[in-house]
Amino acid sequence: MLRLEKLVKTYKTGDQALKAVDLVVPEGQVLALIGPSGAGKSTLIRCINRLVEPTSGKVHLGEVDLTSLSTAALRRQRSRMGMIFQEYALVERLTVMENVLSGRLGYVGFWRSFLRKFPQSDIDEAFRLLDRVGMAHMSDKRADELSGGQRQRVGICRALIQNPALLLVDEPTASLDPKTSRQIMRLICELCKERGLAAIINIHDVALAQMFVQRVIGLRFGAVEFDGLPEELTPDVLTTIYGEEDWEATIENVNDEDGAKE
Amino acid sequence: MPVKDLNDQKIWRRRTSRESLMHWVIWLIGVAIFAYCWQKISASTTWFFVWDAPRIADDIWTRATPPKWSYITQLGKPIWDTLNIATLGTIFALIAAVPVAFLAARNTTPSRLVIRPIALLIIVSTRSINSLIWALLLIAIIGPGVFAGVMAIAIRSIGFCAKLLYEAIEEIDETQVEAITATGASRWQIMAYGIVPQVLPAFAGIAVFRWDINIRESTVLGLVGAGGIGLQLSSSLNVLAWPQVSLILLVILAAVIISEWVSAKVRGAII
Amino acid sequence: MSDISTHIGKPWKKPPFVQRAWLRWVLLIGFSAYLIAAFLTIEVNWMRVYEGLDRGKQFILAFTSPDFSSRSGDIWEGMIESIIMTVASSVVGIIISIPIALGAARNIAPLPIYLICRSIIAISRALQEIIVAILLVAIFGFGPLAGFLTLSFATIGFLSKLLAEDIESMDRVQAEAIKASGAKWAQWINYGVQPQVMPRLIGLSIYRLDINFRESAILGLVGAGGIGATLNTAFDRYEYDTAAAILLLIIVIVMALEYLSGIVRERVQ
Repeated sequence: MLRLEKLVKTYKTGDQALKAVDLVVPEGQVLALIGPSGAGKSTLIRCINRLVEPTSGKVHLGEVDLTSLSTAALRRQRSRMGMIFQEYALVERLTVMENVLSGRLGYVGFWRSFLRKFPQSDIDEAFRLLDRVGMAHMSDKRADELSGGQRQRVGICRALIQNPALLLVDEPTASLDPKTSRQIMRLICELCKERGLAAIINIHDVALAQMFVQRVIGLRFGAVEFDGLPEELTPDVLTTIYGEEDWEATIENVNDEDGAKE
Repeated sequence: MPVKDLNDQKIWRRRTSRESLMHWVIWLIGVAIFAYCWQKISASTTWFFVWDAPRIADDIWTRATPPKWSYITQLGKPIWDTLNIATLGTIFALIAAVPVAFLAARNTTPSRLVIRPIALLIIVSTRSINSLIWALLLIAIIGPGVFAGVMAIAIRSIGFCAKLLYEAIEEIDETQVEAITATGASRWQIMAYGIVPQVLPAFAGIAVFRWDINIRESTVLGLVGAGGIGLQLSSSLNVLAWPQVSLILLVILAAVIISEWVSAKVRGAII
Repeated sequence: MSDISTHIGKPWKKPPFVQRAWLRWVLLIGFSAYLIAAFLTIEVNWMRVYEGLDRGKQFILAFTSPDFSSRSGDIWEGMIESIIMTVASSVVGIIISIPIALGAARNIAPLPIYLICRSIIAISRALQEIIVAILLVAIFGFGPLAGFLTLSFATIGFLSKLLAEDIESMDRVQAEAIKASGAKWAQWINYGVQPQVMPRLIGLSIYRLDINFRESAILGLVGAGGIGATLNTAFDRYEYDTAAAILLLIIVIVMALEYLSGIVRERVQ
């Protein structure tokens, strides 16, 4: 459903963040993107919805080539891709409800959104989603009154109300404590399953990724180093991705089959 | 470096000799400039008047007290005008300042090479010139009266408000804007949902802050004929009606204190 | 957990900024009523404004061909006088405002001194430059001395207040550490307080220099010296090209000062 072809991003400073990345994500697959800081994980995700403009290469979402779109057409495609951010990126001075409804901005005109006159179906959907993540009673609170975990739940609702075909998730748990991290990851993965959504999740925490996802991509220096099942992540593999370190404690189910490489 | 070796004894000093010399030279130049300035001022001063000043001040004081309280009945309309000059001037200024600020902020300007410099030029030129001078100019163009005062305050405030506002726009959290962009929002929707909520508190603060300043400034605009209570001050001064002058000064003082109190209250409520 | 079915199908409204409905309406109606009243009481002579548009155009055109030469003597003298007043009053104002700022900082000064210094600041801030200038001209006669005194007085109120606030918000621990070493009061100020507030003092001083220059341009209107008198004459005689020249000079000098203050502030911080 999502297909990246030879995606390259070179920043003005000359840093090559992505070196010809090829990747295919089938319908409904939840995929974790791991790799050291600066490996290009964030850039990859942002190149897909062109928050960062790729230097060359192609991104196909379904039948549409995203890289060749005009601004208006790009906006329509962006509304098919929900995005969840590391620091939640809620608009802090708006209420929870407004933040969720902002996910519908791609579907309503300027004046309707400006006057907060969203269609009733959107409002119902927003309440359903908030209820699903356990936040319906908070709908009129301002976003800056919420805790980290609550903010991320609102962020998830904002992404889902777009009714996306794909979720782009950028370090959803990096600012959360371990327990909330698990809850948020579980929630994201459950929701993806319920709705048959594909998702790309950038994540630092390898154990957390293994616990929830179906496929893991390891990125190093802007190139794919590993592509396989979570169980296939062995210390050797992690070493190729991250560099030399004792990995035994990191991996959830240590399987010591000799030579179990990719 | 600033440790001096003297017979194998290390003596710590704050600066190297070169640095301390430079320091002295700078101080010397500063003092010389000040002495020159003072001498110039002194040269164009009639010192006889200055030595006579205590007597004159005393004389003015006896003439000005007590203030002519009955005169206050004639000040109602001028005070109302003063309030209007400040408030309407602030409102007009804000209406004009918002687009200028968005054009001047690095992250929202449509063109950095053409439009941003123009917006900055508007900001600098309206800010640099005092509202009294703007009033003088407008009176020469559209005639004396309250309207000239409103426009003078408005023009003077554009640059001030726009500068503070565009600094606030440049300081917003970009990830919130990014998140709104990612939903597929249009340019104006990004503005309304991503940027405006973030700068709204700053905007309200600036508005009230400038209104407070404008109350002060509008009290004296009448001195050049642009309406308000300054007009009464000017005419009382011209006929040397010191009891009226002292009353007007008291009224102005009260207006300034009240406006400062109001603006502090409102700002407290907003933020 | 609230019951979701209570929300479904119901319209949603953004919670209003002012929670109490009556207060919201009072504010709204009161403000609109005021605006209407204000607009109605402004008398605008539209004929006069219309006639003025032509002069306005001339004035704007004058900016494209400012006349620096025909009154160059007056302009030059006025500018020099403005600059001299600015520099002298800034120096004197800063020197006087430092002790007053120390006295007006509650964490340094004892209560009686604090009250005295705060009231000096309050008086200086409440009286505007131009009114002070009128009074001082009446007392000391025409000329730059009145302007110089006015600006010095205004500088004291401005600088002392901001500096005192900075001293009050400084880091207690650093100052206490110096006190703990057994320093005398003056030493304590010199080592514990001064380093903390120095960058701010320099920044504020330059900023005030800038303000003083702008203010010096209007003091001439009431006879307190500076470029204002020349400007006033130019307007009176409808010599827009000369007026434009003076305004351009003011703008350029203010820009230069702002640029300078940017550099200085970057260096000290």
